[in-house]
Amino acid sequence: MKTLQEIEEIRKTKRKELDLRINTSSDTREKHILICHGTGCTSSKSPEILKRFREIIKEKNIENVRVIQTGCFGLCAKGPIVIIRPEDTFYANCKVEDCEEIIEKHIQKGEIVERLLCKDIDGKKVQKLDELSFYKKQKRIALKNCGVINPEEIDEYIAFDGYKALEKVLTQMSPEDVIDVITKSGLRGRGGAGFPTGKKWELTKESKGDQKYVVCNADEGDPGAFMDRSILEGDPHSVLEAMAIAAYTIGATKGFIYVRAEYPIAVHRFQVAIDQAREYGILGKNIFGTNFDFDVDIRLGAGAFVCGEETALLESIEGKRGQPRVKPPYPAQCGLWGKPTLINNVETYANIAQIILKGAEWYSSIGTEKSKGTKVFALGGNVNNIGLVEVPMGTTLREIVYDIGGGIPNGREFKAAQTGGPSGGCIPKEHLDTPIDYESLKQIGSMMGSGGLIVMDDTKCMVCLAKFYLEFTVSESCGKCTPCRIGTKRMLEILTKLCEGEGTELDIYKLEKLAANIQKASICGLGQSAPNPVISTLKYFREEFREHAIQKECRALECKAMSNITINEELCKGCGLCQRNCPVSAIEGESREKRVINQEKCIKCGTCLTSCPFKAIGN
Amino acid sequence: MENIKCNCEGTYKEILEKYEKDKSNLIKILNDIQEKSGYIPQKAQKEISEYLGMPMAEIYGVITFYSRFTLKPKGKYHIAVCLGTACYVKGSQKILDRLKERLKIEEGETTPDGKFSIEATRCVGACGLAPVFTVNNEVHGKATVKMLDEIIDELESK
Repeated sequence: MKTLQEIEEIRKTKRKELDLRINTSSDTREKHILICHGTGCTSSKSPEILKRFREIIKEKNIENVRVIQTGCFGLCAKGPIVIIRPEDTFYANCKVEDCEEIIEKHIQKGEIVERLLCKDIDGKKVQKLDELSFYKKQKRIALKNCGVINPEEIDEYIAFDGYKALEKVLTQMSPEDVIDVITKSGLRGRGGAGFPTGKKWELTKESKGDQKYVVCNADEGDPGAFMDRSILEGDPHSVLEAMAIAAYTIGATKGFIYVRAEYPIAVHRFQVAIDQAREYGILGKNIFGTNFDFDVDIRLGAGAFVCGEETALLESIEGKRGQPRVKPPYPAQCGLWGKPTLINNVETYANIAQIILKGAEWYSSIGTEKSKGTKVFALGGNVNNIGLVEVPMGTTLREIVYDIGGGIPNGREFKAAQTGGPSGGCIPKEHLDTPIDYESLKQIGSMMGSGGLIVMDDTKCMVCLAKFYLEFTVSESCGKCTPCRIGTKRMLEILTKLCEGEGTELDIYKLEKLAANIQKASICGLGQSAPNPVISTLKYFREEFREHAIQKECRALECKAMSNITINEELCKGCGLCQRNCPVSAIEGESREKRVINQEKCIKCGTCLTSCPFKAIGN
Repeated sequence: MENIKCNCEGTYKEILEKYEKDKSNLIKILNDIQEKSGYIPQKAQKEISEYLGMPMAEIYGVITFYSRFTLKPKGKYHIAVCLGTACYVKGSQKILDRLKERLKIEEGETTPDGKFSIEATRCVGACGLAPVFTVNNEVHGKATVKMLDEIIDELESK
């Protein structure tokens, strides 16, 4: 148990100690080596790098150097990432073997290890994180602490104004005041639908019930999205603090966070955060000496996309099959075990503490008229800077893909971007200048979604993409209502026919009709939005569907049944790169000669297509 | 299937007693058992049923609803190809197709000798390394069909 004074004491001393993390002109003699321990960098062995650094420091008996694990820095494509503070030097793609050189050169002699510096879009090497164009247009609110603090140390969170918002709420604000601030800030649900957060809190507060619950939806099921996971891994206390604020506001004493079991690091860090908060008396009885009680438990998901839907999630917390309930009643009236329940997404919670501390006006000054604040996106696919970005609402897609993302690799063309995952849609080239906010995205047939943003180049077949998403929905449909269970299956069959070259023009009409019916007749959001990927690809790439149906052609050469991959004799320079990369030795020809593909051996994997530097391979 | 090593000896009492006798703990218990045994044996279902006082049919319903739970043991080398959108766009479907072609089994199946099993997973979180596949949870990033072939060759000879 810690008193408010003790926590304030920690805040002051720790803040001083950690000043060098955010102040590049700090005159301290200390150095902090920060190593990304998000899932991406952990997969490429960042924990071993951390271990090696500590070993070397011990062996060489170096003083005033600390090695710290942090959450995601964002630029996953360049991982594992090592940052040295206070000078903010950014080393990319580090290996265990590089540690010694970094210590000897950088730490001991004060020289930069040039070869490990990161190349920016223009090819120039950049020394500091802030100088990278990837970071220039970003504004970090939800990700404020990610990559700055050690997520497993509550003191480091407290140092950067952690739990100050909870203190303010409990000691100076009434529940009505909190709702007022959140409503005025204009914050809307970051899970995708964009429901005004203040309104949701108000509705749950007004519901009558002897017991109320606060739930955090961390069942990030959109394949290719990792915003929520990164927040939980990099700054778990910010979510915990916001859940406590929400509980005080609506009158709840118990909270649950529902996390995917596929996110072991996030689960672990959140558990550590809960344990530390309990130890400090920030969770439990009589928090900060007031009569407010609150505690949080983790519930694990088990790989069901539909559980991201709020009522299905409640069923799953209760230990049942995650099938959605019919709404109304909404969870605000009748949620967990029939009690009023507030459900918000991770990213929504991550904004709360700062809105309380900095005020509604500050927050609502960021973003567009109807969409306030920032949005975190998981930028992936055919783009140079794959990673996590947080931008003010209203930033255009072009800025995200080209200025932050660094454009399309291998000199390919941008074809489309996909937002909103299996519930969203494709945005073609002509809408690259659309500002990203809830309304604009809806208008062009996509949606904000939770924040997955996948970029596709011209080697992607849009019919295959639609089929990919339908395969996903079919396997994830819970089976409760017929339009979703059977309708999506029929749609998938038609798309498969088209991809195999056996479709007809009539099939395209059938697809449209089915899509409209499923949208109207399904029970929950999953079914209602399942046809979206098909509708939006049909809207912008109808010509490609027609080519599949009538000419039996796939211009992207992705549909195996319709594409014979050949090498253009005029363009081939005989470099042999395709031959070396072919997994089945189907490419023939001697060195420096033009190569030929043996169609009998070819498995149409497309490796040669992407490996040819002269774009000589096609059909 | 005789060659498949079964870890289902003994009882699940230890796992069960970590939790209160409350139905809402079912998914937590199943997660623990899946972790321990690599699948949910019938024996475990029976023990849960007795412990939580709920019908086996209901437990079976929950197991088959969630893709993380399996009723069959996995192979010695469990290969999971990520089919998250980021990996898909970078060609992971082709890697999965090749894997199925080489091992002559479908997703969710185990080879008759118990050596390999295949799974198509959604986002393992290493989008920066896309496309990725994992062999017994070890991540192989920036994967190509050729790389997959080499790894299978190596595992086959083990």
